[in-house]
Amino acid sequence: MVQKIYSDAASALDGLLFDGMTIVAGGFGLCGIPETLIDGILAAGTTGITAISNNAGVDDFGLGLLLRRRQIKKMISSYVGENKEFERQYLSGELELEFCPQGTLAERIRAGGAGIPGFYTATGVGTLVAEGKELKEFGGMTYVLETGLTADLALVKAWRADRYGNLVFRKSARNFNPMAATAGKVTIAEVEEFVDELDPDHIHTPSIYVQRLIAATRNEKRIERRTTSAVPA
Amino acid sequence: MAARAARELDDGFFVNLGIGIPTLVANYIDDDIDVTLQSENGILGLGPFPTEDAVDADIINAGKQTITELRRTAYVSSADSFAMIRGGHIDASILGAMEVSQGGDLSNWMVPGKMVKGPGGAMDLVAGVKRIIVLMDHVDKAGNPKFRRENTLPYTGRNVVDMIVTDLAVFERENRSSPFRLIELAPGVTAQDVAERTEAEYLA
Repeated sequence: MVQKIYSDAASALDGLLFDGMTIVAGGFGLCGIPETLIDGILAAGTTGITAISNNAGVDDFGLGLLLRRRQIKKMISSYVGENKEFERQYLSGELELEFCPQGTLAERIRAGGAGIPGFYTATGVGTLVAEGKELKEFGGMTYVLETGLTADLALVKAWRADRYGNLVFRKSARNFNPMAATAGKVTIAEVEEFVDELDPDHIHTPSIYVQRLIAATRNEKRIERRTTSAVPA
Repeated sequence: MAARAARELDDGFFVNLGIGIPTLVANYIDDDIDVTLQSENGILGLGPFPTEDAVDADIINAGKQTITELRRTAYVSSADSFAMIRGGHIDASILGAMEVSQGGDLSNWMVPGKMVKGPGGAMDLVAGVKRIIVLMDHVDKAGNPKFRRENTLPYTGRNVVDMIVTDLAVFERENRSSPFRLIELAPGVTAQDVAERTEAEYLA
Protein backbone atom coordinates (compact mmCIF):
# COMPACT_ATOMS: atom_id res chain seq x y z
CA MET A 1 0.00 0.00 0.00
CA VAL A 2 0.97 3.64 -0.36
CA GLN A 3 2.90 4.80 2.66
CA LYS A 4 1.35 8.04 3.82
CA ILE A 5 2.96 8.42 7.22
CA TYR A 6 6.05 10.65 7.18
CA SER A 7 8.58 10.92 9.95
CA ASP A 8 8.29 14.66 10.55
CA ALA A 9 7.02 17.98 9.17
CA ALA A 10 10.13 18.62 7.05
CA SER A 11 9.84 15.31 5.20
CA ALA A 12 6.07 15.64 4.77
CA LEU A 13 6.48 19.13 3.30
CA ASP A 14 9.41 18.11 1.09
CA GLY A 15 8.83 18.91 -2.59
CA LEU A 16 5.56 20.72 -1.96
CA LEU A 17 6.66 24.22 -0.99
CA PHE A 18 7.42 27.09 -3.36
CA ASP A 19 7.45 30.87 -3.10
CA GLY A 20 4.13 32.46 -4.07
CA MET A 21 2.07 29.37 -3.25
CA THR A 22 -1.43 29.24 -1.76
CA ILE A 23 -1.98 27.36 1.49
CA VAL A 24 -5.30 26.64 3.16
CA ALA A 25 -5.16 25.84 6.88
CA GLY A 26 -7.77 24.53 9.29
CA GLY A 27 -8.41 26.09 12.68
CA PHE A 28 -10.59 28.65 14.42
CA GLY A 29 -8.65 31.14 16.52
CA LEU A 30 -5.92 28.98 18.03
CA CYS A 31 -8.18 25.92 18.23
CA GLY A 32 -7.47 23.01 15.88
CA ILE A 33 -4.55 24.65 14.09
CA PRO A 34 -1.76 22.62 12.45
CA GLU A 35 0.96 23.76 14.88
CA THR A 36 3.58 21.22 13.85
CA LEU A 37 3.24 21.90 10.11
CA ILE A 38 3.31 25.67 10.62
CA ASP A 39 6.67 25.17 12.36
CA GLY A 40 7.77 23.18 9.30
CA ILE A 41 6.92 26.03 6.93
CA LEU A 42 8.62 28.46 9.26
CA ALA A 43 11.77 26.34 9.07
CA ALA A 44 11.54 25.99 5.28
CA GLY A 45 11.38 29.78 4.87
CA THR A 46 8.85 29.74 2.01
CA THR A 47 7.77 33.29 1.13
CA GLY A 48 5.00 35.08 -0.78
CA ILE A 49 2.39 32.74 0.66
CA THR A 50 -1.32 33.40 0.19
CA ALA A 51 -2.89 31.94 3.33
CA ILE A 52 -6.56 30.95 3.43
CA SER A 53 -7.47 30.67 7.10
CA ASN A 54 -10.32 31.96 9.23
CA ASN A 55 -7.88 33.77 11.53
CA ALA A 56 -4.25 34.88 11.48
CA GLY A 57 -3.10 33.48 14.81
CA VAL A 58 -1.59 35.74 17.46
CA ASP A 59 1.82 37.43 17.41
CA ASP A 60 3.77 34.42 18.61
CA PHE A 61 1.52 31.47 17.78
CA GLY A 62 -0.21 29.93 14.79
CA LEU A 63 0.03 31.74 11.46
CA GLY A 64 1.28 34.76 13.42
CA LEU A 65 4.68 33.03 13.42
CA LEU A 66 4.76 33.08 9.61
CA LEU A 67 3.55 36.68 9.52
CA ARG A 68 6.31 37.76 11.87
CA ARG A 69 8.88 36.22 9.51
CA ARG A 70 7.21 37.98 6.56
CA GLN A 71 6.46 34.69 4.81
CA ILE A 72 2.81 35.58 4.11
CA LYS A 73 1.94 38.01 1.32
CA LYS A 74 -1.83 37.79 1.50
CA MET A 75 -4.47 36.53 3.95
CA ILE A 76 -8.02 35.46 3.05
CA SER A 77 -9.76 35.50 6.44
CA SER A 78 -12.93 36.45 8.28
CA TYR A 79 -11.39 37.85 11.46
CA VAL A 80 -7.83 38.96 12.18
CA GLY A 81 -8.00 40.72 15.55
CA GLU A 82 -5.59 39.89 18.38
CA ASN A 83 -2.46 40.26 16.24
CA LYS A 84 -0.31 43.41 16.50
CA GLU A 85 2.24 42.40 13.88
CA PHE A 86 -0.58 41.66 11.45
CA GLU A 87 -1.97 45.13 12.11
CA ARG A 88 1.41 46.80 11.52
CA GLN A 89 2.06 44.99 8.23
CA TYR A 90 -1.47 45.59 6.99
CA LEU A 91 -1.51 49.31 7.81
CA SER A 92 1.93 49.79 6.18
CA GLY A 93 0.70 48.05 3.02
CA GLU A 94 3.13 45.11 3.30
CA LEU A 95 0.33 42.58 3.68
CA GLU A 96 -2.72 42.11 1.49
CA LEU A 97 -5.99 41.13 3.10
CA GLU A 98 -9.21 39.79 1.63
CA PHE A 99 -12.02 39.80 4.16
CA CYS A 100 -14.59 37.12 3.72
CA PRO A 101 -17.58 36.53 6.02
CA GLN A 102 -16.95 33.40 8.06
CA GLY A 103 -19.76 31.29 6.64
CA THR A 104 -18.91 32.39 3.12
CA LEU A 105 -15.27 31.44 3.73
CA ALA A 106 -16.24 27.98 4.99
CA GLU A 107 -18.52 27.48 1.99
CA ARG A 108 -15.93 28.81 -0.50
CA ILE A 109 -13.41 26.24 0.76
CA ARG A 110 -16.05 23.50 0.80
CA ALA A 111 -17.17 24.43 -2.73
CA GLY A 112 -13.61 24.58 -4.02
CA GLY A 113 -12.92 21.10 -2.69
CA ALA A 114 -16.20 19.82 -4.15
CA GLY A 115 -15.52 21.13 -7.65
CA ILE A 116 -18.00 23.99 -7.45
CA PRO A 117 -16.49 27.19 -8.88
CA GLY A 118 -19.08 29.59 -7.47
CA PHE A 119 -22.32 29.89 -5.53
CA TYR A 120 -24.84 32.57 -4.54
CA THR A 121 -25.41 33.64 -0.96
CA ALA A 122 -27.41 36.37 0.80
CA THR A 123 -24.49 36.96 3.18
CA GLY A 124 -22.88 40.35 2.62
CA VAL A 125 -25.40 41.69 0.10
CA GLY A 126 -25.50 45.48 0.41
CA THR A 127 -22.14 45.61 2.23
CA LEU A 128 -18.51 46.23 1.29
CA VAL A 129 -17.79 42.52 0.83
CA ALA A 130 -20.26 42.32 -2.08
CA GLU A 131 -18.80 45.31 -3.95
CA GLY A 132 -17.80 44.48 -7.51
CA LYS A 133 -19.41 41.02 -7.33
CA GLU A 134 -22.28 39.75 -9.46
CA LEU A 135 -25.75 39.95 -7.88
CA LYS A 136 -28.69 37.78 -8.82
CA GLU A 137 -32.33 37.58 -7.77
CA PHE A 138 -33.89 34.30 -6.65
CA GLY A 139 -37.51 34.36 -5.48
CA GLY A 140 -37.44 38.11 -4.97
CA MET A 141 -34.30 38.06 -2.81
CA THR A 142 -30.86 39.31 -3.82
CA TYR A 143 -27.82 37.08 -3.60
CA VAL A 144 -24.13 37.64 -4.34
CA LEU A 145 -21.86 35.37 -6.34
CA GLU A 146 -18.92 34.01 -4.32
CA THR A 147 -16.18 31.82 -5.77
CA GLY A 148 -14.86 28.49 -4.60
CA LEU A 149 -11.34 28.37 -3.15
CA THR A 150 -8.63 25.78 -3.69
CA ALA A 151 -4.99 25.77 -2.65
CA ASP A 152 -1.65 24.24 -3.60
CA LEU A 153 -1.42 22.74 -0.14
CA ALA A 154 -3.86 22.08 2.69
CA LEU A 155 -2.72 21.73 6.29
CA VAL A 156 -5.03 20.18 8.85
CA LYS A 157 -4.91 19.09 12.46
CA ALA A 158 -6.69 15.86 13.35
CA TRP A 159 -7.19 14.16 16.67
CA ARG A 160 -7.05 10.56 15.45
CA ALA A 161 -6.13 8.90 12.18
CA ASP A 162 -5.51 5.44 10.84
CA ARG A 163 -2.59 4.71 8.52
CA TYR A 164 -4.84 5.13 5.47
CA GLY A 165 -5.44 8.77 6.38
CA ASN A 166 -9.02 8.54 7.57
CA LEU A 167 -9.38 11.39 10.07
CA VAL A 168 -11.38 12.17 13.17
CA PHE A 169 -11.34 15.66 14.67
CA ARG A 170 -11.98 16.46 18.30
CA LYS A 171 -14.86 18.65 19.54
CA SER A 172 -14.69 22.29 18.39
CA ALA A 173 -11.18 21.71 16.97
CA ARG A 174 -12.98 20.34 13.91
CA ASN A 175 -14.08 23.80 12.62
CA PHE A 176 -12.49 24.52 9.20
CA ASN A 177 -10.36 21.35 9.07
CA PRO A 178 -12.73 19.07 7.10
CA MET A 179 -13.23 21.67 4.36
CA ALA A 180 -9.54 22.57 4.22
CA ALA A 181 -8.69 18.90 3.75
CA THR A 182 -10.77 18.76 0.56
CA ALA A 183 -9.40 21.96 -0.98
CA GLY A 184 -5.68 21.24 -1.29
CA LYS A 185 -3.95 19.74 -4.34
CA VAL A 186 -2.03 17.97 -1.61
CA THR A 187 -3.31 17.67 1.95
CA ILE A 188 -1.12 16.96 4.94
CA ALA A 189 -2.69 16.04 8.25
CA GLU A 190 -0.87 16.24 11.55
CA VAL A 191 -2.36 13.80 13.95
CA GLU A 192 -2.41 13.69 17.73
CA GLU A 193 -2.84 9.94 17.87
CA PHE A 194 -2.57 7.15 15.31
CA VAL A 195 -4.88 4.20 15.88
CA ASP A 196 -5.09 0.79 14.22
CA GLU A 197 -8.74 1.07 13.46
CA LEU A 198 -11.45 3.73 13.29
CA ASP A 199 -15.17 3.13 13.28
CA PRO A 200 -16.10 3.61 9.59
CA ASP A 201 -19.30 5.33 10.69
CA HIS A 202 -17.39 7.92 12.71
CA ILE A 203 -14.87 9.21 10.19
CA HIS A 204 -15.06 12.97 9.56
CA THR A 205 -12.59 13.16 6.66
CA PRO A 206 -12.11 10.05 4.50
CA SER A 207 -8.63 9.08 3.35
CA ILE A 208 -9.15 10.12 -0.28
CA TYR A 209 -8.53 13.74 0.75
CA VAL A 210 -5.35 13.08 2.72
CA GLN A 211 -2.06 12.41 0.93
CA ARG A 212 0.45 12.72 3.76
CA LEU A 213 0.35 12.23 7.53
CA ILE A 214 2.63 13.04 10.42
CA ALA A 215 2.42 12.59 14.14
CA ALA A 216 1.86 16.04 15.62
CA THR A 217 4.87 16.84 17.79
CA ARG A 218 3.56 20.23 18.83
CA ASN A 219 0.22 20.08 20.64
CA GLU A 220 0.48 23.18 22.76
CA LYS A 221 -3.18 24.07 22.08
CA ARG A 222 -2.81 27.52 23.48
CA ILE A 223 -6.05 28.99 24.90
CA GLU A 224 -6.90 32.54 23.84
CA ARG A 225 -9.48 33.28 26.51
CA ARG A 226 -9.36 30.95 29.46
CA THR A 227 -12.76 31.59 31.01
CA THR A 228 -13.79 29.60 34.07
CA SER A 229 -16.54 29.38 36.61
CA ALA A 230 -16.37 28.54 40.30
CA VAL A 231 -19.58 26.55 39.96
CA PRO A 232 -19.37 23.06 38.43
CA ALA A 233 -21.13 22.80 35.07
CA MET B 1 -30.15 44.68 28.88
CA ALA B 2 -29.07 41.06 28.81
CA ALA B 3 -31.93 40.10 31.12
CA ARG B 4 -34.45 41.91 28.91
CA ALA B 5 -33.13 40.27 25.76
CA ALA B 6 -33.33 36.84 27.42
CA ARG B 7 -37.11 37.31 27.75
CA GLU B 8 -37.36 37.20 23.94
CA LEU B 9 -36.27 33.57 23.85
CA ASP B 10 -38.99 30.94 23.71
CA ASP B 11 -39.05 27.29 24.73
CA GLY B 12 -37.39 25.13 22.08
CA PHE B 13 -35.45 27.96 20.45
CA PHE B 14 -32.05 27.53 18.83
CA VAL B 15 -30.11 30.73 19.51
CA ASN B 16 -26.76 32.24 18.56
CA LEU B 17 -25.36 34.81 20.99
CA GLY B 18 -22.81 37.36 19.76
CA ILE B 19 -19.51 38.09 21.44
CA GLY B 20 -19.39 40.45 24.45
CA ILE B 21 -22.53 41.55 26.31
CA PRO B 22 -24.83 39.27 24.24
CA THR B 23 -22.93 36.28 25.69
CA LEU B 24 -24.29 37.30 29.13
CA VAL B 25 -27.85 36.66 27.94
CA ALA B 26 -27.23 32.96 28.67
CA ASN B 27 -27.14 33.78 32.40
CA TYR B 28 -30.69 35.14 32.32
CA ILE B 29 -32.56 32.42 30.44
CA ASP B 30 -35.40 31.18 32.63
CA ASP B 31 -34.92 27.65 33.99
CA ASP B 32 -38.38 26.70 32.66
CA ILE B 33 -37.33 27.53 29.10
CA ASP B 34 -35.33 25.05 27.05
CA VAL B 35 -32.99 26.96 24.74
CA THR B 36 -30.18 25.40 22.72
CA LEU B 37 -27.27 27.77 22.15
CA GLN B 38 -25.31 27.54 18.91
CA SER B 39 -21.79 28.80 18.39
CA GLU B 40 -20.67 29.46 14.82
CA ASN B 41 -17.30 27.76 15.22
CA GLY B 42 -19.20 24.48 15.21
CA ILE B 43 -21.10 23.71 18.44
CA LEU B 44 -24.81 23.12 18.79
CA GLY B 45 -25.60 22.94 22.51
CA LEU B 46 -23.17 25.19 24.40
CA GLY B 47 -22.65 24.56 28.09
CA PRO B 48 -21.52 27.03 30.77
CA PHE B 49 -17.90 28.01 31.47
CA PRO B 50 -15.84 25.15 32.92
CA THR B 51 -14.36 24.93 36.39
CA GLU B 52 -10.58 25.37 36.36
CA ASP B 53 -9.91 21.63 36.31
CA ALA B 54 -12.37 21.00 33.47
CA VAL B 55 -10.80 23.43 30.96
CA ASP B 56 -10.39 21.77 27.55
CA ALA B 57 -8.55 23.69 24.79
CA ASP B 58 -10.62 21.87 22.16
CA ILE B 59 -13.91 23.23 23.53
CA ILE B 60 -14.19 26.94 22.83
CA ASN B 61 -17.02 29.22 21.75
CA ALA B 62 -16.93 31.77 18.93
CA GLY B 63 -15.46 34.33 21.34
CA LYS B 64 -12.57 31.88 21.89
CA GLN B 65 -13.64 31.41 25.51
CA THR B 66 -13.33 27.99 27.08
CA ILE B 67 -16.74 26.42 27.62
CA THR B 68 -18.29 23.01 28.32
CA GLU B 69 -20.44 20.56 26.43
CA LEU B 70 -23.87 19.26 27.42
CA ARG B 71 -25.54 15.90 26.94
CA ARG B 72 -27.28 17.31 23.88
CA THR B 73 -24.15 18.81 22.33
CA ALA B 74 -23.30 18.18 18.68
CA TYR B 75 -20.03 19.31 17.13
CA VAL B 76 -20.08 20.18 13.44
CA SER B 77 -17.71 21.67 10.86
CA SER B 78 -17.75 25.39 10.10
CA ALA B 79 -19.55 24.68 6.80
CA ASP B 80 -22.28 22.73 8.60
CA SER B 81 -22.50 25.37 11.31
CA PHE B 82 -23.15 28.09 8.74
CA ALA B 83 -25.62 25.87 6.91
CA MET B 84 -27.66 26.04 10.14
CA ILE B 85 -27.24 29.83 10.20
CA ARG B 86 -27.58 30.70 6.53
CA GLY B 87 -30.25 28.08 5.97
CA GLY B 88 -32.67 29.75 8.37
CA HIS B 89 -32.56 27.02 11.05
CA ILE B 90 -31.57 29.33 13.93
CA ASP B 91 -34.53 31.04 15.61
CA ALA B 92 -32.80 34.11 17.00
CA SER B 93 -29.46 35.84 17.24
CA ILE B 94 -28.58 38.52 19.78
CA LEU B 95 -25.80 40.80 18.57
CA GLY B 96 -23.98 43.96 19.59
CA ALA B 97 -24.06 47.04 17.37
CA MET B 98 -22.22 50.27 16.68
CA GLU B 99 -25.22 51.72 14.80
CA VAL B 100 -28.72 50.66 13.76
CA SER B 101 -30.80 52.66 11.28
CA GLN B 102 -34.56 53.22 11.38
CA GLY B 103 -34.76 50.89 8.38
CA GLY B 104 -33.11 48.09 10.35
CA ASP B 105 -29.62 48.36 8.83
CA LEU B 106 -26.89 47.09 11.15
CA SER B 107 -23.29 48.29 11.39
CA ASN B 108 -21.08 46.44 13.84
CA TRP B 109 -17.84 45.37 12.18
CA MET B 110 -15.80 48.26 10.89
CA VAL B 111 -14.75 51.82 11.66
CA PRO B 112 -12.95 53.26 8.60
CA GLY B 113 -9.51 54.62 9.43
CA LYS B 114 -9.15 52.30 12.40
CA MET B 115 -7.73 48.80 12.36
CA VAL B 116 -10.42 46.51 11.05
CA LYS B 117 -10.65 43.09 12.62
CA GLY B 118 -13.11 41.63 10.15
CA PRO B 119 -16.76 40.64 10.03
CA GLY B 120 -16.33 37.13 11.47
CA GLY B 121 -19.72 35.44 11.31
CA ALA B 122 -21.89 38.53 11.83
CA MET B 123 -22.81 39.03 8.16
CA ASP B 124 -23.89 35.39 7.86
CA LEU B 125 -25.95 35.60 11.05
CA VAL B 126 -27.91 38.68 9.97
CA ALA B 127 -28.46 37.19 6.51
CA GLY B 128 -29.85 33.88 7.70
CA VAL B 129 -31.19 33.90 11.27
CA LYS B 130 -34.96 34.34 11.57
CA ARG B 131 -34.97 37.10 14.19
CA ILE B 132 -32.15 39.56 14.92
CA ILE B 133 -32.13 41.28 18.31
CA VAL B 134 -29.57 44.04 18.86
CA LEU B 135 -28.23 44.78 22.31
CA MET B 136 -26.44 48.13 22.56
CA ASP B 137 -25.93 51.27 24.63
CA HIS B 138 -28.37 53.92 23.54
CA VAL B 139 -25.62 56.46 22.82
CA ASP B 140 -21.91 56.05 22.09
CA LYS B 141 -19.07 57.17 24.37
CA ALA B 142 -19.24 60.69 22.91
CA GLY B 143 -23.00 60.82 23.59
CA ASN B 144 -24.09 60.41 19.95
CA PRO B 145 -27.27 58.44 19.24
CA LYS B 146 -26.63 54.93 17.92
CA PHE B 147 -30.21 54.44 16.66
CA ARG B 148 -30.06 56.66 13.58
CA ARG B 149 -31.89 57.76 10.44
CA GLU B 150 -29.04 56.33 8.42
CA ASN B 151 -25.86 54.61 9.52
CA THR B 152 -22.53 56.37 9.03
CA LEU B 153 -20.46 53.19 9.32
CA PRO B 154 -20.12 50.33 6.79
CA TYR B 155 -23.00 47.88 6.90
CA THR B 156 -23.01 44.38 8.31
CA GLY B 157 -26.43 43.88 6.73
CA ARG B 158 -29.29 45.92 5.27
CA ASN B 159 -32.79 45.79 6.77
CA VAL B 160 -31.96 42.91 9.11
CA VAL B 161 -32.76 44.10 12.67
CA ASP B 162 -36.09 43.14 14.28
CA MET B 163 -35.64 44.44 17.83
CA ILE B 164 -33.33 46.86 19.64
CA VAL B 165 -32.69 46.61 23.38
CA THR B 166 -30.72 49.52 24.86
CA ASP B 167 -29.98 50.71 28.38
CA LEU B 168 -32.90 53.16 27.99
CA ALA B 169 -35.57 51.46 25.91
CA VAL B 170 -36.80 48.62 23.74
CA PHE B 171 -37.86 49.12 20.12
CA GLU B 172 -39.53 46.47 18.02
CA ARG B 173 -41.11 46.21 14.59
CA GLU B 174 -43.77 43.86 13.29
CA ASN B 175 -41.92 42.87 10.17
CA ARG B 176 -39.12 44.10 7.97
CA SER B 177 -41.40 46.51 6.08
CA SER B 178 -42.69 48.27 9.20
CA PRO B 179 -41.15 51.05 11.27
CA PHE B 180 -39.78 50.47 14.77
CA ARG B 181 -42.05 51.21 17.71
CA LEU B 182 -40.96 52.19 21.21
CA ILE B 183 -42.45 49.42 23.32
CA GLU B 184 -40.71 49.74 26.70
CA LEU B 185 -38.78 52.20 28.83
CA ALA B 186 -36.09 51.24 31.30
CA PRO B 187 -36.94 52.01 34.95
CA GLY B 188 -36.75 55.74 35.63
CA VAL B 189 -36.44 56.65 31.94
CA THR B 190 -39.07 58.82 30.22
CA ALA B 191 -40.18 58.81 26.59
CA GLN B 192 -38.74 62.33 26.42
CA ASP B 193 -35.30 61.05 27.56
CA VAL B 194 -35.38 58.49 24.76
CA ALA B 195 -36.51 60.99 22.13
CA GLU B 196 -33.68 63.36 23.04
CA ARG B 197 -31.09 60.62 22.60
CA THR B 198 -32.45 59.06 19.41
CA GLU B 199 -31.92 60.25 15.86
CA ALA B 200 -34.08 57.60 14.18
CA GLU B 201 -37.78 58.12 13.58
CA TYR B 202 -39.93 55.62 15.42
CA LEU B 203 -43.53 55.15 16.49
CA ALA B 204 -44.10 56.17 20.08
